[in-house]
Amino acid sequence: MYKYDQYDQEMVDTRVAEFRDQTRRRLEGHLTEEQFRPLRLQNGLYLQLHAYMLRVAVPYGTLSSAQMRMLGDIADKYDRGYGHFPTRQNIQYNWIKLEDAPDILADLASVEMHAIQTSGNCIRNISSDQYAGSAADELIDPRPYAELLRQWSSFHPEFLALPRKFKIAVIASKTDRAAMKLHDIGIEIVRNDKGEIGAAFYVGGGMGRTPMIAPLIREFVPLDQLITYSEACLRVYNRYGRRDNKYKARIKILVHELGKEEYTRQVEEEFTHLLTQGIEPPLAELERIKTYFVDPPFDLDAADELDRSDPDFALWVDNNCAPHKQKGYIIATVSLKPAGGIPGDASADQIRLMANLAKEYSFDELRVTHAQNIVYPHVRKADLHALWQKLEDAGLGTANLDSIGDIIACPGLDYCSLANARSIPVAQKISERFAAQDRLDQIGELKLKISGCINACGHHHAGHIGILGVDRKGTENYQLLLGGCEGADTSLGQITGPGFSEDGIVDAVEKATGVYLANKQEGERFLDTYRRIGMTPFKEAIYG
Amino acid sequence: MKILTGNDLKTGAVTWWDGSSWSLHVEDAVDVGEHSETIIAEEEAARRVISAYAIDATVTAEGVRPAHIKDRIRALGPTVRPDLTLKPSDPNAGNWVI
Repeated sequence: MYKYDQYDQEMVDTRVAEFRDQTRRRLEGHLTEEQFRPLRLQNGLYLQLHAYMLRVAVPYGTLSSAQMRMLGDIADKYDRGYGHFPTRQNIQYNWIKLEDAPDILADLASVEMHAIQTSGNCIRNISSDQYAGSAADELIDPRPYAELLRQWSSFHPEFLALPRKFKIAVIASKTDRAAMKLHDIGIEIVRNDKGEIGAAFYVGGGMGRTPMIAPLIREFVPLDQLITYSEACLRVYNRYGRRDNKYKARIKILVHELGKEEYTRQVEEEFTHLLTQGIEPPLAELERIKTYFVDPPFDLDAADELDRSDPDFALWVDNNCAPHKQKGYIIATVSLKPAGGIPGDASADQIRLMANLAKEYSFDELRVTHAQNIVYPHVRKADLHALWQKLEDAGLGTANLDSIGDIIACPGLDYCSLANARSIPVAQKISERFAAQDRLDQIGELKLKISGCINACGHHHAGHIGILGVDRKGTENYQLLLGGCEGADTSLGQITGPGFSEDGIVDAVEKATGVYLANKQEGERFLDTYRRIGMTPFKEAIYG
Repeated sequence: MKILTGNDLKTGAVTWWDGSSWSLHVEDAVDVGEHSETIIAEEEAARRVISAYAIDATVTAEGVRPAHIKDRIRALGPTVRPDLTLKPSDPNAGNWVI
């Protein structure tokens, strides 16, 4: 994985020193809160419902075991013994003291991490496929390009005050595991008819109060023009994005209002101009980056068979593991969704254990997923049972990936100052209701996502079943959506009708699964059945 | 009644105006009547509180109760982590929020 060079380290260290001085000045009264607020936000420090919250970037979700161990240590030393992995391939701490924040940033910098550009109207943490570099179905490893984009977007002077925040995802598989089309820019690395590798650009996607699926604006950008084309997309947005209305300021609104054709025309015009300016980073820099993403030293003779005689282990393999590109290896996902648990939360001990197991079993590497889970990208099949046993002993062996128990939920009103309703208790009740293994097996793949407000941090628009918490005259109320999907066949969920109480929404979810089970045909997932039979039978069951 | 809440500058902890200083406990909150803006201006200028605002509340048998659920959760702590609330040994504390 990528290692900082002297410039990366100096940038991060300089920022820590700068923020330490800014914090001192705030505490001594030389800065007002109005002056200090944008400075702390530029360093990922929010003020949330109960305390300061620090959001730490995990670029494209890749972590070393030393970095993961530090995240556990920070949870113990400065927080209340746990961290929260949200939906942006990063980690959040909920109980930070302002006076500790500079020390935390210094600790992060010591392991090549930071919280820069995890807030504000700038290009945020670049996200990617959590299986990048491991997946059997990927064209190439997208992470060198994600890293190039990270370097280009970090402190980019032209894009630090955009109309609104900006999120970019890069993938290189037809199976979209990063919700790429629901980003401001989604980049899919593709091969054209001539056999050349390039990038397809999808621009103007997003969730929030106005969900939109990004349209494809260019099928093929040569990879040696990737940054130039990205810059053109950003320049048009920065020039014409709505700064007059926060709720219409995202690029999705610009693309929608201009129309895909006109936005694309302007991007192409800007791109043509930029090509004459020579802004693309030197090829040597990309080649330097690529050297950090070469395959680990796989055992080419590793056995490809798995001993499945332990039924609990076999269940976990079937649910939580994915094919690896290297024979004899496998990708394993740790579900942070035990029945009745808080989605995405992990204790400091669990975080350190996952770090140690990465060192022992996965070439020192982990991934954070947007679905709030942790991935070991390179596990030798011969070691998989030992890894699972240690996870299981620590309460991390839940075998429910992509099932109704693997719920994405935002922090909701239990932690978030923007939320209208609590998300976590609903997730807990649903995961408990469907905890029995036979029910999970019967229902199969069903992605359920819960947001506590219209900002959609819980991706409710993209859930096969989505739940949106709203405030109805001071009382929590929950709307149900069906038919959303974040993959290659991205779709947005549709609201079923009037909302429900906290208990009522759990019953409504159960009725929806009942309609699926009564109508499903051979091989159909919940989403497939919904798409075939439509909303009506579900509404009749839920409201009848 | 109108009461004031905000966050401590150094720790970020939720605090409530008790008439002379800021308390961690909502039951200490006092009615500020029409004086909220004056108090907030003075206290924020003195760096004793940030992001302060006035809310509606009532006095019940259990003490001061903020009108909105968001402020009741601020007063108690996260309902999903009773161990991290101000009343970790009270199994029914979460019911007060609802």
